Amino acid sequence: MRLTCPICGERDRREFVYKGHALALDRPDPDAGDDAWESYVYLRENPAGVTRDLWQHDGGCSAWLVVTRNTVTHEVLKTELATAVKEAQS
Amino acid sequence: MRVNGKGLVDRSTPLSFTFDGQAVDAFQGDTVASALLAAEVKLVARSFKYHRPRGVIGAGSEDPGALITVGSGAKSDPNVRATVQEVYGGLETRSQNCWPSLNFDILSLNDLASPFLSAGFYYKTFMWPKAFWEKLYEPVIRRAAGIGGLSGEHNPDTYEKAYAFCDLLVIGAGPAGLMAALTAGRAGVDVILCDEDSILGGRLNGETYEIGGVDGQGWAAATVAELAAMDNVRLMTRTTVTGAYDQGTFGALERVSQHLSTPGGQPVECFWRIVAKRSILAAGAIERPVAFRNNDRPGIMTASAVRTYLNRYGVASGQKVTIFANNDDAHRTARDLVAAGVHVAGVIDTRQDAPDSDDYEVHKGAEVCNTEGRKALEAVTFRFADGREDKLHTDCLAMSGGWNPSVHMTCHMNGRPTWDQDILSFVPTEGTIPGMITAGACNGVFSTHAALAQGMAAAESALGDLGVKSTKSDLPEAEDAPYRLKALWAVEGKGRAWLDFQNDVTVKDVKLAAAENFRSVEHMKRYTTQGMAPDQGKNSNVAALAVLADATGRGIPETGTTTFRPPYVPVSIAAMGAGAQGTGFAPQRFVTSHKASVDAGAPMIEAGLWYRPSYYPAPGETTWRQSCDREVNMVRNAVGICDVSTLGKIDLQGSGVGEFLDFVYTNMFSTLKVGKTRYGLMLREDGTVMDDGTTARLGESHFVMTTTTAAAGAVMGHLEFVRQCLRPDLDVQMISVTEQWAQFAVAGPKSRELLNGLLDEQIDDDSWPFMACGEVSVQGTKGRLFRISFSGEHAYEVAVPSRYGDSLYRMLVSRAEAMGGGAYGMEALNVLRIEKGHITHSEIHGRTNAFDIGFGKMVSAKKDCIGKTQSERPGLSGDDREQLVGLKPVGVVKQLSAGAHLFELDADPKRENEQGYTTSVGFSPTLESYLGLGFLKNGRARHGEEVMMVDHLRGITTRCVVSDPVFFDPEGGRVRG
Amino acid sequence: MADLIAKSPCAGLLPVTHGDVTLSEMDMTRMTSIAPFKGQDKAVSATLKDAHGMALPAANRATGKEGSRAVWFGQGQALLIGPEPVAALAEHAAITDQSDGWAAVRLEGAGAEDVLARLVPVDLRKSNFKRGHTARSQLMHIMVSITRVGDNAFLILAFRSMAKTLVHDLETAMQGVAARAAG
Repeated sequence: MRLTCPICGERDRREFVYKGHALALDRPDPDAGDDAWESYVYLRENPAGVTRDLWQHDGGCSAWLVVTRNTVTHEVLKTELATAVKEAQS
Repeated sequence: MRVNGKGLVDRSTPLSFTFDGQAVDAFQGDTVASALLAAEVKLVARSFKYHRPRGVIGAGSEDPGALITVGSGAKSDPNVRATVQEVYGGLETRSQNCWPSLNFDILSLNDLASPFLSAGFYYKTFMWPKAFWEKLYEPVIRRAAGIGGLSGEHNPDTYEKAYAFCDLLVIGAGPAGLMAALTAGRAGVDVILCDEDSILGGRLNGETYEIGGVDGQGWAAATVAELAAMDNVRLMTRTTVTGAYDQGTFGALERVSQHLSTPGGQPVECFWRIVAKRSILAAGAIERPVAFRNNDRPGIMTASAVRTYLNRYGVASGQKVTIFANNDDAHRTARDLVAAGVHVAGVIDTRQDAPDSDDYEVHKGAEVCNTEGRKALEAVTFRFADGREDKLHTDCLAMSGGWNPSVHMTCHMNGRPTWDQDILSFVPTEGTIPGMITAGACNGVFSTHAALAQGMAAAESALGDLGVKSTKSDLPEAEDAPYRLKALWAVEGKGRAWLDFQNDVTVKDVKLAAAENFRSVEHMKRYTTQGMAPDQGKNSNVAALAVLADATGRGIPETGTTTFRPPYVPVSIAAMGAGAQGTGFAPQRFVTSHKASVDAGAPMIEAGLWYRPSYYPAPGETTWRQSCDREVNMVRNAVGICDVSTLGKIDLQGSGVGEFLDFVYTNMFSTLKVGKTRYGLMLREDGTVMDDGTTARLGESHFVMTTTTAAAGAVMGHLEFVRQCLRPDLDVQMISVTEQWAQFAVAGPKSRELLNGLLDEQIDDDSWPFMACGEVSVQGTKGRLFRISFSGEHAYEVAVPSRYGDSLYRMLVSRAEAMGGGAYGMEALNVLRIEKGHITHSEIHGRTNAFDIGFGKMVSAKKDCIGKTQSERPGLSGDDREQLVGLKPVGVVKQLSAGAHLFELDADPKRENEQGYTTSVGFSPTLESYLGLGFLKNGRARHGEEVMMVDHLRGITTRCVVSDPVFFDPEGGRVRG
Repeated sequence: MADLIAKSPCAGLLPVTHGDVTLSEMDMTRMTSIAPFKGQDKAVSATLKDAHGMALPAANRATGKEGSRAVWFGQGQALLIGPEPVAALAEHAAITDQSDGWAAVRLEGAGAEDVLARLVPVDLRKSNFKRGHTARSQLMHIMVSITRVGDNAFLILAFRSMAKTLVHDLETAMQGVAARAAG
């Protein structure tokens, strides 16, 4: 498997560390309530199809990435810098 | 038998090797299989289950018959295919799966018991009594059913792995692959051409085709020469592409030196990871055997293999050869043999319209229905449509049931092949591997002309994708004979007819599986073992499917195939994990004081990747406890030195660092004064403690964080996550400085005295109070000094740039020794911190939160932080929680152990009654007692109560009193003193 | 008073030669990480250019020359190798001394690319990775910075504590490449 780091270019999977779904970017407010926090910390979808994950280019430039990929075809549709995604949200 | 004037072997270079201790003559260019056939050695191996005699069946890596062991002792390599192993002078080979010898194999008795050993036999027979399975059945079965054995010794050979990159990977160097590589190479793109054979050309080297007016072997050699001269083309011989993976990644196994008598330091094999923008699969096809009664005797081979041995190696596979086929292609075998002067006993063809010949008799509309000969073929019986039978005396039967395209690689990413009724086989489904184009025989076209044309077209298509213009080449002329065949899978009749020669799976077994309702192809495979282990379905799959389809009344496409998975050929674990044996398994990290500690005789222990001294034995000390006790006393009474460079150190700078630290730590750091250090606690978002450590403020917007040794990498990743993903609004720049600084703990009542002897400017309590930090000059070198303590003593950590680490460490230790102190290791460090109730990852082990360890108040109410919301959930605090306590023996047994369980005094020590557990224990020479830390239900309210510690594993039961975790100097006077 | 004695990360391990490839340790020099504060890239680059004659390198590139080089070192970071950094840089960037944190070795020879192909999962062929190109990647299991500093020469930086493993891994690959060339 290969991922395209927006900074370093296409690299082997062994340089990356997987964290989980990209909803980890959307940390609720402290007073958002139990449901919001439960969803954020514990609940994850397991889609057969397109998903968005967080990966870190740990063995490279250290950037955190949002990777959009298809769990069925293994196609990597998009890789973005997590910082850019986060900044675009706010 | 050698045939003069034929073959590509070098007759001027004779070689000799041994098979089962007997010398065998060969030529340079022979495989073990070709040399054995030349020497008329027919019996080479024994089959898996029945121990039936086996000989060479094919001529490539798919051969299901001749598995041998190469080499001896630690270097022996089992299950090597004789058809792949090239001969070199002095090569040692052995037969396997036979005892006491290949010729007289006692376990061939299994063959007589075959009526009882049908599919599912083991499952049905060895059901009970249950205890017999491990003790009796399994060992017996393992001994009886098997292939080659491992030496059991450490493998002294070296292996390699490597990476390669290209625009176009061409897999297979037959006519299609060569034409593709030539077309792409001439256009200037980076090409890698892999082929598993030692010479390139594929079937061209085993045939008598003509291409462009020259013989096929000559055309292949000339094409290879042209490719070899191109800088942009890399030819990889003896390299089997083993798997297709995501995003254009391929695995490939290169056999580097297995063909050399003197490898001269070269690795045995190299496992390549090849990344290609585009790929062309030109893997060819494998001829399929036909199932008929006793079709497994040595001397029964595939028709194309007989041609390969003749045309490539100059070897006649028999003196009187018979051909049995359902297609025109196999008749080439007869023609080539006759042309080379080998006697052809006859051609048996199932078709009434089979081509005639003046040179040999063609028995049309006939099928071979039985064979004779114990350890080698002696005769075949064949039957005409009208039931009339005839017999031919023959020592080699060349059979062909048609060709199966090598579609394997196209299925590696979950693709399924498509049934092609014209060629009665599966062909690749387009698009199953992104970027891959199939060409030639693996694509279901079998003429040389079609292979060349598809190879060229595939390359042009790949060039188009790569945005490169093709420099048009002419397609050389080649034969374009139609491929005519009639379905033939299994000849009707009694007895056993083999489908999978490796695993002894017969037509009867597949029919039995169907009858017992293992109708799914995946179930049938597992029930019968068809296509498993060395065969991997290469030879047996399509025929077995056809038999299953017939038995279940379905068509072959509806029956489907089993899944082809990587690797295409067996890959040794040694090659995949090359370089990672022994010390190569993981990097070793050494502190700058490593050599000094080793010189002092300290045994080293691993702490993550780091190596740290366990203890420093002094003269006269015979146990580690003696050294540890002395070192603890030394720190408590004088001064001790310990290398703490392994702790993670992270340099943080920027206007947002204060706020950032407030967010990642439970307590406040933005309020920390410059020149001060503070202890911090870090949580995971679920409220569990992640790590702890001290952070020093060196400037208004400059902090240095320390992490535990174990969690340094994880904390760095976490901080990067918070910085980039949660708080990109803050200006925080960070970098690890763990390696930049050699840092040493100087601990004990004489620590300041020692330091003042080394520092260029003297320190005292006013200039350097508890938790102070700042820059100092150490012997003229700029360093850092932190007044922090893990031992509870008046202590410092002094840091200098790592280049001076070795020098400063030796200086510190020699001065400490002069003051009645010295170096202390991990054992003493552990006892010192247990005496003080300081936690490590034994306590913050991933299931405890701030409340549990007694640090609930450290979660600041004034701000949000990672893990705060979740740590406030009900159930994560209160009387039901297991809370950190100290434990001290008070009964007859004085010993504590870590990982033991805690119970009320009179409770039955079983799981339901568990009250908690111990995490860290050690003998305290200071308090002259074992001390323990542990977690006890509602423990903080139970100080003074007695509990029972039970270690079921080690058989220790100790009565303990519960206390505050801080055993020694609870007021903390020493640390400030 | 005795001064502290400096010891290089690969002391006693290098140089070594196998076939046509030589691995040697760079002389110890000043190495400084420069991480521009938010929005300060241009100011840092200008200061760097004025003081040290080279621009802040773009991602995957190195600027400067032997003895005074700036190597891109990861997201938002560059490593200044050689000169003592001018104080003005600290106004625009986090400046961190890394002089002792890294083992710096030079791999040189016609087979150097083949040696690295056995260890590094990145395409370092000259056609793709030219002089002045740099990459953060892994060498076997070790995090490294690799810069092509000559036709057949690479500068490789790895954590100081892993110097022994770095040399071991490189030397094993060098031996394999040399044996193939000889075989």
